[in-house]
Amino acid sequence: MQTQELEKIASQVRRDILRMVHGCQSGHPGGSLGCTDLLVELYFNAMNLQSDSSGNVVFQMNGAGEDVFYLSNGHISPLIYSVLARRGYFPIHELASFRKINSRLQGHPTPHEHLEGIRIASGSLGQGLSVAIGTAQAKKLSKDSSFVFCLMGDGEQNEGQVWEAAMYAPHHQVDNLIAFIDVNGQQIDGPTDKVMNNRDLGEKYKAFGWEILHMNGNDAQDVQITVAKAKALCGKGSPIMVLMQTEMGAGVDFMMGSHKWHGVAPNDQQLSDALAQLTETLGDY
Amino acid sequence: MAQYTFDTKKDTRSGFGAGMEYLSLNNPKVVALCADLIGSLKLEAFIKNSPERFFQTGIAEANMIGISAGLAIGGFIPFATTFANFGTGRVYDQIRQSIAYSGKNVKIACSHAGLTLGEDGATHQILEDLGLMKMLPGMVVINPCDYNQTKAATIAVASYEGPVYLRFGRPVVPVFTPENQTFEIGKAIHLMEGSDVSIFATGHLVWEAILAAEILKEKGIHADVINIHTIKPLDTQAILKSVLKTGCVVSAEEHQLNGGLGDSIAQYLSLHKPTPMEYVGVMDSFGESGKPAELMEKYGLNAASIVEKALKAIARK
Repeated sequence: MQTQELEKIASQVRRDILRMVHGCQSGHPGGSLGCTDLLVELYFNAMNLQSDSSGNVVFQMNGAGEDVFYLSNGHISPLIYSVLARRGYFPIHELASFRKINSRLQGHPTPHEHLEGIRIASGSLGQGLSVAIGTAQAKKLSKDSSFVFCLMGDGEQNEGQVWEAAMYAPHHQVDNLIAFIDVNGQQIDGPTDKVMNNRDLGEKYKAFGWEILHMNGNDAQDVQITVAKAKALCGKGSPIMVLMQTEMGAGVDFMMGSHKWHGVAPNDQQLSDALAQLTETLGDY
Repeated sequence: MAQYTFDTKKDTRSGFGAGMEYLSLNNPKVVALCADLIGSLKLEAFIKNSPERFFQTGIAEANMIGISAGLAIGGFIPFATTFANFGTGRVYDQIRQSIAYSGKNVKIACSHAGLTLGEDGATHQILEDLGLMKMLPGMVVINPCDYNQTKAATIAVASYEGPVYLRFGRPVVPVFTPENQTFEIGKAIHLMEGSDVSIFATGHLVWEAILAAEILKEKGIHADVINIHTIKPLDTQAILKSVLKTGCVVSAEEHQLNGGLGDSIAQYLSLHKPTPMEYVGVMDSFGESGKPAELMEKYGLNAASIVEKALKAIARK
């Protein structure tokens, strides 16, 4: 898919994110907006997904013969919900139920409510990379050559389990795994270098045996090129880690450059100001 | 003459190893993970038969739980193995989110549960694991009593779709249940017939319950002895049937009273058939170093304690 087409989808996804968070006055818009370009690239371009004869995606829990994505930083749920709905996994109108009672769109993603496209619960941080490794190893055992992708936050790197997984994947040559870290430099209590300095994440993962790539996560073209490069690096004995520089709140000028919008919903005026900056390309839900 | 006898004593963890050996040959979907304790978990035969289906995680239990969930999504039946302390309490949130809430077909199989771990002391002697695991919605909790039953349970849980906690231990205990038995999850086993007191025991305490019943018999008291190998789902029908006959209860387990088998039975009976009840278990304390038998004696987890509590329960009728 052309970069321009992906940018159009991303604009609509960003509108969905803002409207969903506004609709329930709750949720995490900042990181969702920052990672939009990556998820649009993965689901609308890079990933090979199971589909029926008419080309509509079909959800299968085991992900056999298709690429699998895991969202480890589950708080950016509005993003994954919008992308899954726009890709055709479940009805778009269901986005209106986000974080509301009796909804399949829980505050943090879960397969518990049988939402198509979600394979694991995430929200309690630091667990997704391990799950992704497990599925990557299952694919190897099944002689399935497709890829497993995983997205984590940079604040999430504080969690110890992440480093257990970081040590394991190169040791076991899990080279069908492409992980991303959303390096937006922000976490709830402030800038990551003030709260808990990750220092050089690239050097750290490199020392554990990962292949490291860098990209601008808010430049659709760079994202497309880098994800393709990551796929090409697979199968050579090492897992791939892509450090993705992003701006929390990307796409909405007054939400960028601060951790303030990590977990705050816009009010009516702020929503209207934000939507004015994002073209409605596919029709609002 | 005693109703139950035994020729050998074996550790229940070896029963697990034998079950895994069977699964290595008979179920290609079963995979095993271990956090640097292959010998303790008796996984050598599984690894020898199917090295490609074994994953060494190193001393990193949280990661092991997550990888297990990922393997389960990919269609495999993972057995995540380590000591009970590290496989439950240490990784509670990982089990809660990635396995229980996510509904993954993972078997958490743990050895060295309870006081009978012995000399390593309280850091390793978890007495809270049954409670932790049974509180998780959808989690099946199994604590078999001897080698043969542990082997059968291991084979049975591989065919059950859903999360399971399988708990076993280190010491050698009498092998008194049948070889090659069929294990039915959630189905209590009636061991001895009696109408004076119900003794509901699990794990290593089942043999002690049989010994206690023999002692009580000499006093003219007939105990109804039931092996509750599955703590969740609890066989409430078997419990009610026994209690309607006996009118009083003793529960026996190598676990804290808080959150254990006795708690589950009491909760059920309080709603359906309030009954005088006494408990054999650990009274809100940690364990300590010592020989397994010394510890079981000191903490009152043996036949003598069961007899004492049975007499007390009968007196309260």
